[in-house]
Formats: sequence, C-alpha cells, structure tokens
Amino acid sequence: MSFPWAKEYQPQHPLMRYMDEKLPLPRLVYNAVGAGYPVPRNLSYFWNFGVLAGFFLVFQIVTGVVLAMHYAANSTVAFSSIEHIMRDVNWGWLLRYAHANGASFFFIVVYIHIFRGFYYSSYKAPREMIWLLGVVIFLLMMATAFMGYVLPWGQMSYWGAKVITSLFGAIPLAGEAIEVWLLGGYAPDNASLNRFFSLHFLLPFVILGVVILHIWALHIPGSSNPTGVEVKDESDTVPFHPYYTAKDGFGLGVALVLFFILVFFLPNYLGHPDNYIEANPLSTPAHIVPEWYFWPFYAILRAFTQDIFFIPAKLMGVMAMFSAILMWFFLPWLDRSPVRSGHYRPLFRKFFWFGLIPTMALLFYCGGAPAEEPYVMLSQIATAYYFLHFLVVLPIVSMVEKPEPLPNSITEAVLGSDKTMVKGEAADPAV
Amino acid sequence: MRQLISIRVVAVAIGLFFALSVLWALVRGIGPGFSNLAEYGQFTEPNVEQAFHKHPNHYDFSFDGPVGNWDVGQLQRGLKVYDEVCSACHSLKFVAFRDLAELGLTPGQIKAFAAKHQVPGVDKNTGEATTVPGLPTDYFPSPYPNEIAARAANNNAVPPDLSLMTKARHDGTNYVVSLLTGYQKQPAELLKRFPEAKTPPGLHYNPYFANLNIAMPPPLHTDGQVTFDDGAPSDIKSMAEDVAAFLTWTAEPKLVKRRQTGWPVVIFLIFATGLAYMSKQQVWAAVKPKKAA
Repeated sequence: MSFPWAKEYQPQHPLMRYMDEKLPLPRLVYNAVGAGYPVPRNLSYFWNFGVLAGFFLVFQIVTGVVLAMHYAANSTVAFSSIEHIMRDVNWGWLLRYAHANGASFFFIVVYIHIFRGFYYSSYKAPREMIWLLGVVIFLLMMATAFMGYVLPWGQMSYWGAKVITSLFGAIPLAGEAIEVWLLGGYAPDNASLNRFFSLHFLLPFVILGVVILHIWALHIPGSSNPTGVEVKDESDTVPFHPYYTAKDGFGLGVALVLFFILVFFLPNYLGHPDNYIEANPLSTPAHIVPEWYFWPFYAILRAFTQDIFFIPAKLMGVMAMFSAILMWFFLPWLDRSPVRSGHYRPLFRKFFWFGLIPTMALLFYCGGAPAEEPYVMLSQIATAYYFLHFLVVLPIVSMVEKPEPLPNSITEAVLGSDKTMVKGEAADPAV
Repeated sequence: MRQLISIRVVAVAIGLFFALSVLWALVRGIGPGFSNLAEYGQFTEPNVEQAFHKHPNHYDFSFDGPVGNWDVGQLQRGLKVYDEVCSACHSLKFVAFRDLAELGLTPGQIKAFAAKHQVPGVDKNTGEATTVPGLPTDYFPSPYPNEIAARAANNNAVPPDLSLMTKARHDGTNYVVSLLTGYQKQPAELLKRFPEAKTPPGLHYNPYFANLNIAMPPPLHTDGQVTFDDGAPSDIKSMAEDVAAFLTWTAEPKLVKRRQTGWPVVIFLIFATGLAYMSKQQVWAAVKPKKAA
C-alpha cells in the first residue's frame, strides 16, 4: 500500500517503541491520517467532505448514545420522553437539536461528497471498491435516518413509517407479508417502534465498520485528485499530516460554525411542525413528507402515476426509487472514459452542470411539495432525465467524447511550466 | 470486454424503460393539467381552502430575532389568559407548576397557584380515585378525564393539548394570534364561488384555520375579558398576543437560553476557525506555487 516514498513511522519515546512492538496502533494512525500517508498536493476543498462525514458519523453516535439514556422506546411514552429530554434533562434540548440537525448535516456533507465523486469520476478504476462501499454506506445511512425519524413518535414519524413500509407492500405476492413482518403488525405500533429503535442503535456501528473498509480501500490506490492524473512521483504529493490535517481543520471549523448557527438559532428549520403533534393513527396529515434528504427519491417514487403494461404504478415507483440509488453500483462500468476529471471532459461537463445538477435541484423541490400539479409533471421530467443521465448519457458520452489534453503530472498542473519547486522539497513540512 | 459492453446495453435498456414509463405518465397527465390551466389559470382545480386560506399575519414579540428575550410581564399575562379562558377546554400536559418559576413567580406564588388547581389523586382513606389540590411538582391538569369526555363536551372535536402548539404549526406564534383574532363572517365571494363550502352549523369560519371551519367558538370575544393586574391593555388583540407569547414559552421554554448559549459558541468557533485558517496558510506556504511576479 501507499507510495515508496511514504515516510516510515519511527517512534522516538521508549514507551512508543514498546507500543509499536506489541500493538502498532500508533503506526496504523500514522499511516492512515499522519505523515505516513502521501496525498496529492492539489486537492481542492471538495476533498474535505470525507473527513467531515466521518466527523458527523462520530458526532451522531456520541449524541445518540447519550440521548438513548433518556429516551423510552415505547409507543405510549416515546413522545413525552422526548419532551422530557427537551425540558428536564440537563442540556437535553441541545443534545436533541444537535442530533436531529446533525443528521441533516451528515447528509449535506455526504451529498457533496457523492457529487464530488460524480464530477471527478472518483468511482473509476482503481477506486471501484471505495465507491461500492460508499454506496453501501449511503444506503445504510438512509435506513438509519428513516428509523431515527420514527423514534419521536410524532405525526410525521408515524405516517412516514406507514408510507415507507407500505412500499414493500407493492412487491408482488409476498408484499403484504413482508410489510407485516417489517412492522410487526398491520400498522406501525409499539412492536415497530421497538425494532426501529434497536436497529437505529445498531446500524451506525455497522456504518462505522463499512467506513473503516471504505478508508482501508482508499489507502490502497491513494486519494484521487482534481486533475484525475495519477500520482507519478514524490513531488506530486504532500504528507497528510500536517498539510491535510490543517486544511481539514479549517474546513471542519467552517462546517461547525454553520452547523451550530442552525442548532442554536434555527433548530426546527429543517423539521416539520406536524412532528410536534403526537402520533395519531386515526388522523392522517394533509401532506405526508419525509425529511428533506429523502426528497429527491420521494419525488421519483411519486412520479410514476401510470400502470405500465401489467406493472402497477406503485410498483413502478418503488422499483424506480430503489434503482435510482442501486444503479450507482454500476457506475464504474458504465462510464468508460479513460479521463477521470470533469475538468477535461467538455461534453460530460455540460451534461453534469446543465443536466444532472438542475435535475437534482428539481427533484429536491418536487419531493418536498404536495403531490399535485405542476409538481408531478416537473418531477416526471426530472425523473426521466435522472435515469437517462446515468444509464444512457454517461455510457454514450464516454464513448463519443474527445477529452481535452491532460497535464503531464499533478506537479505540472499546480506549478505550470515554471517548476520553482524542486523534487522532494514538498515532502518536508519544515521547509 | 464483451461482458462490459453487455452491461452498458442492459443499462441503456433499463434507463430507457424507466424514462419512457415516466414520460408516458407525463403525457397522460399533461392533458388534464393544461386544461385546468386554460380554464382556471392554474394546474389544479381550485378549491376553497386554497382560495381562501390565509397565512398568519406578522406580530412583533420581544423574543423575536437572535437576541430577543422574554417579556416576563407578558408571559404572566398570557398565563392568566390561559388559566381563565383556554384551560376550560385545553390541557397543557407538558408544563408543571414548578416551571412557572421561569415566569418570575415566587415559590409561595407557585404553591398558591398549584393549590388552586385540582389534579388527579387518590383518596388517602378509601384509596379511591379522586382529585386533590395541586403541588408545585404536579403538571397542569387536563380539563377532561379522557378523550371520550373531551369529544362528548365539544361537538365531537377534541381540543388539542396546547403545550407544543406554537411549534406544531407553521409560524406558530403568529398563527395563534391570527387564529384567535381571525374569526369573521364567511365572505360573500366565497359563498358565490363555492356554495357547497358554507360553514356547517356548530363550526366557525376562520381563514387562518387549515380547513377554514373550526369547531372552537371565538374564545376571546370581549375587550377586557381578562383583567390584568399590571394595568396592561386587555383588548382582544393584546390578550391574543399575550397568550401566544405564553404558549411560545410552553413550547420552547429553553428558547432564550438556547440563543444565549449559541452566541458564545458561534463566536468562539469563528475565532477558532480563523486560527485554523492561519495555521493552514502557514503550513501550506512552503509548497504553494509562488505567484508570478
């Protein structure tokens, strides 16, 4: 793994030498996020978001474990136990608002991380495995977030659980049985709440495990970079520490400022007022909407309003919604362009900025809007392009496009022809 | 290689299948959508809620904005409005009498206030369920023993608990004021356009209520209905504002503390981020390409 010029861990203190002999954990850290991991020197701020996602995962686990000490997963008292946290637990309001908005921030940074991957084709060889694990993480995150939103047992919790589990009811033959099995009954109730709580506690640790695999797989080829040109020699890289620890530290600071402005001044901005009404199986809210981070996929689900041959509209919507994410697994083999970075792919770049990005914005907008015209028509147009983009445009563009010339190396891209930096100089932070 | 080509062929086929399916749904929906547009100037058939529902008006409160603070006098007046008017039908189940300390009530006042209210309890001699005078640790009691009683007393509409009301509606504080002061006669234009939407007997027209017809009769109906000890005006609008302020406090008692905690946290983080930026600049100075002179 890594490059031949990667610095080797050399413990100075006898205690650290002893540790290195018995359990080389410091060596692992040194090679993972320390001076022992050479990273392309030209990473932009878009490469901060992996570290940020890791931060918010840990943040969610810590706040979540403490919240679980005060929360009661029982449908008769769940709602009031949340109010107990908000009113009587010391700093409980801060924990809960931080956890609820932490989920939103986790999704914001992960969406940026994923779209960074789309633009720079981070999914291409030799990094396919990192991408596949990333999609697994995203799916696990969605399951975890969905179950977490059920726990306060408000109106949106309840009806969200009902709508999402009823999607499985669209599966032919076994659907109804699966739905009952998932809920532990015919409608969301105490059995559903209990299992959702159990899984909501478990899955973050599963995510943590897959994140470790994701990072492990990353350290084999090393990080990608905005040019998409692979690292050739030592002058192309700098050690992760101190260069990227410093840069990530600044990025984390900016993210935390924005995050805590939301937590302290607008904590309910991203939530839905109906979730402050206790769950009532006899009263359906006028508009059932999931949390904002599900809106694009909710829009795709609702865009299919017509039966197609023998396939009912609902089943079409469910298949499309799941396919919308599952197809990301095949991206490494759909996009065959030898060039990674969108900077050097004129045609791909046009489809990305004028196709995919407006489409996602439209899907976000329509997913949060009521299921009526003109939002349905808009989401139908956006859904059509969404599928065409990944499954038709991407394979064809990558075959017909003539890429722009690439720089010879990362160093050349950074310094231009004027190579004032001699080889090796960059590797020494003391200079 | 042959395998990879076939993956792309399958992908194109699946992509076209989903895209054409959804476009087919679009084609089927375009006709009705645009015929509505031609007839009504909008994509959906107009309905009475959409045409006549009003968003809350804006009212000024002392706790607005990032540095706002409670007006304790106003909260106490709001408590009085709740206690004398709203509490006849609405519970406040997440608020305890002890919480009133935050409204500036002394321990003696809280004790006296709690004792004025009967809360569910147990007869010490017989063990039977009864009501006893409240203690500071008790919560505001519900006016009805159960939901069926609440329904029976209110024309089959359960008066909702008010503890979280201002967070359970969009723009909740303004909503409460708008709703309480928004009772009016049904507009003639509404009856002309939607004759079938005439307010049924037993309900009351209020354009700020989601479906326009609310079961609650106007609770604040007379200026001076509640007498304030501090001599503050007690016209309907003032009483509505006071009780909305009080319900904002019951919904989010930590509102002011939250913002007061937020300022130092955010200011510290901006400072720390500035330091992080400077250290990042210093670390990177050595490898940054020199600017062409």
